[in-house]
Amino acid sequence: MSTPATDIATYNFAYLDEQTKRMIRRAILKGIAIPGYQVPFASREMPMPYGWGTGGVQVTAAIIGPDDVLKVIDQGADDTTNAVSIRAFFQKVADVAVTTETAKATIIQTRHRIPEHPLTEGQTLVYQVPIPEPLRFLEPRETETRKMHALEEYGLMHVKLYEDIARHGRIATTYAYPVKVEGRYVMDPSPTPKFDNPKMHMSPALQLFGAGREKRIYAVPPFTKVVSLDFEDHPFEIQAFDQPCALCGAEQVYLDEVILDDKGGHMFVCSDTDHCETRQACGHRGHLSPDILEPAQ
Amino acid sequence: MEQMDVIDGGFAAPVFDAQTVFRAVMDAMARPGTVQHVAVLAQPPAPLAATAGAVALTLCDHDSPLWLDAALQVSAARSWLGFHTGAPLAATPADAHFALVANPASLISLENFAQGTQEYPDRSTTLILQVESLTDGAPLHLEGPGIETSATIAPTPLPRHFVEQWKQNGARFPRGTDVILAAPGAVACLPRTTRIKTMEA
Amino acid sequence: MYVAVKGGEAAIANAHRLLADRRRGDRSVPALRLDQIVEQLALGIDRVMSEGSLYDRELAALAIMQSRGDLIEAIFLVRAYRTTLPRFGYTRPIDTAAMQVERRVSATYKDLPGGQLLGPTFDYTHRLLDPELANDPEVATPEQRDGDGQLMSRVSEILAHEGLIEADGELPEDHVTGDITREPLEFPLARDSRLQALSRGDEGFLLALGYSTQRGYGRSHPFVGEVRIGEVELELDVPELPFPVTLGRIRVTECQMVNQFKGSAKAPPQFTRGYGLVFGQSERKAMAMSLCDRALRAGELGEDITAPAQDEEFVISHSDNVQATGFVEHLKLPHYVDFQAELDLVRRMRSEHEKRNQTNDTEQREAAE
Repeated sequence: MSTPATDIATYNFAYLDEQTKRMIRRAILKGIAIPGYQVPFASREMPMPYGWGTGGVQVTAAIIGPDDVLKVIDQGADDTTNAVSIRAFFQKVADVAVTTETAKATIIQTRHRIPEHPLTEGQTLVYQVPIPEPLRFLEPRETETRKMHALEEYGLMHVKLYEDIARHGRIATTYAYPVKVEGRYVMDPSPTPKFDNPKMHMSPALQLFGAGREKRIYAVPPFTKVVSLDFEDHPFEIQAFDQPCALCGAEQVYLDEVILDDKGGHMFVCSDTDHCETRQACGHRGHLSPDILEPAQ
Repeated sequence: MEQMDVIDGGFAAPVFDAQTVFRAVMDAMARPGTVQHVAVLAQPPAPLAATAGAVALTLCDHDSPLWLDAALQVSAARSWLGFHTGAPLAATPADAHFALVANPASLISLENFAQGTQEYPDRSTTLILQVESLTDGAPLHLEGPGIETSATIAPTPLPRHFVEQWKQNGARFPRGTDVILAAPGAVACLPRTTRIKTMEA
Repeated sequence: MYVAVKGGEAAIANAHRLLADRRRGDRSVPALRLDQIVEQLALGIDRVMSEGSLYDRELAALAIMQSRGDLIEAIFLVRAYRTTLPRFGYTRPIDTAAMQVERRVSATYKDLPGGQLLGPTFDYTHRLLDPELANDPEVATPEQRDGDGQLMSRVSEILAHEGLIEADGELPEDHVTGDITREPLEFPLARDSRLQALSRGDEGFLLALGYSTQRGYGRSHPFVGEVRIGEVELELDVPELPFPVTLGRIRVTECQMVNQFKGSAKAPPQFTRGYGLVFGQSERKAMAMSLCDRALRAGELGEDITAPAQDEEFVISHSDNVQATGFVEHLKLPHYVDFQAELDLVRRMRSEHEKRNQTNDTEQREAAE
């Protein structure tokens, strides 16, 4: 070996080499031009495991520049360990400014949520996608599902959803709920709860999806129709929570259930930590907010 | 002298210049009809202009065969592109990942380029048309994904019967070509999903 | 009172510190050196190089040390490094007929030109733990015969003289050799891409699949035509030079499996081939690979596809252990947002279920009264 192992660690800006970035950039442009279509790309091994956001990281690395402000969330939270780890990665390899505030970010990389704060023009939301193929669990073969997309043959998906209704009285899909993009491609929105599906429709932000292990990139341009699949007699509906956030009192947001003790005590708080903190900073209070309760016992 | 033309004029800061140009193209593709500013970052030999040259440097390499129109084929720009991008020249327009067009008014018809397949609609040619202006031509009213209600651009010059050709391009969806309009200091894009509304309609 | 959990960054830093501590272990025990790993855990190195697709012993040793001996983690480290390396070009195909052979055995002939050569094998060792090794005993210098420079022709060529075995697969004239690390896989694969995927595939997965073909799931009547291990030269064509440039030598293991074939409408009865080639010394992997390669040729040879080992999309999509371990292990990442959605659904369906049961009970009671 000619190079000693200690001389290794010289990486390009944003980690990826320029040839890889060009390849990903070409795929992104094709994805934008064909909304909802999964563009195959030569996904690289990344320094984090497959299934941990390698697709999203590659997309972010291909678009990010020194002027960007990056926000990374996992489960809606900026402080979950994998979000912390990915954010630290970009701070290290791209020396980029980071934020937890949705409104201040130019690029938001996410796993499993869309922020509650409405996105704006000029923002890009990058989703980490584990299984990009919405038909995969109905038909495991890529050769078959590719044909189905080519022929716009989505009957199988409707049969599956209808079987749900016959068996459970409702569509029993609560996350990764399939959508149709601009009336053509059926697309997997990544495993976000279906609560977030309506936010994808006619969003002013550009939405990019990266699946590293499965080697696919797809996109929803801004102001694009994204419709959740449903039936006339069983229209699509999102989750509703019976109570507001226990910390900030927010309603019509997605809540996490937090277990308080081993006797069934629990509370519901905002899954979007930035949204919750911003509201609290503005003086909003929930019924279990530290300010309202007596000082700790 | 010829040799210097070929070697000079690339990006001064390849990593960051390419990122800047890509973001302009990405935003333009995501928001058809918007005009995205692009600084002069490349100085290719004539007849290739700065913006089209910068877009080619940003997107083309060994893995993306490039088709050149007649004006570029016979120019120093051909060697410049070869030297700076390494992109092989496409044998036919149907083999091209990108087509670089210095003279859009005399372009062969769009259907000659790769359209992709029904299974792989991404395997299509992206045309980089070098235009003189995005505002001085006949206004095109645009609708489709990326456009909230409607948008207007007025690029010139355009390929002959462009509006009719573009309608046929849209009819092939999801197959079809996408267009990057490279003007002095700016880019705009027409992805295959964009519909051009004719005035009388 | 509830306080949201914070401090992911500190937790990660502390976890990594603890990991570094456990990696080093008892400080009174001397630390391993890379050359010790290279020299004494050579077969582990070979596996990391083979499945990491990077031929570099020292880097493999570093990866093994860093991963605390977890070979899949080490393979992952090597892959993540490999992907950042610039690509200078593609070498000429290696010529295994010109191999400097250390080991070569054939099961199809008792003796053959060049002879059977056992080499450094575990075969015929009695698997009795040897306590002596703990005391670093003197090790005798091995017997070595002089290389007589004679090429050891491959068994497949001997069979080919008689026309009893199919020719080596021919790819179309204009076929550009695939590179699965640069292009996304597209099924069905050309055989070159498939062999690349198998060569970096997980040893255990291929071993199990190969084994399954022997037990009737896609039976292929295999004979080891030949296994050979040794060094081959790497040569690179440089456009400016009229001759190829020698880059160095690598050790590889090659297996040619010879399989009975009854013939089909297209082809006469003859022997067919399954091929295995891996970096370093790994007979198990090369043999398993050649069984899988043959099984995956079922479609090409007009055989019925009935067994998992014959199913290309299934085998190749699941053979990469770096992909597999990442996706299996990602299940430990938080999924509470989706779990919340499922909780909500199950609660609602249960309460509806109970309501229905109550109504049914009431109706039954009323009917009975």
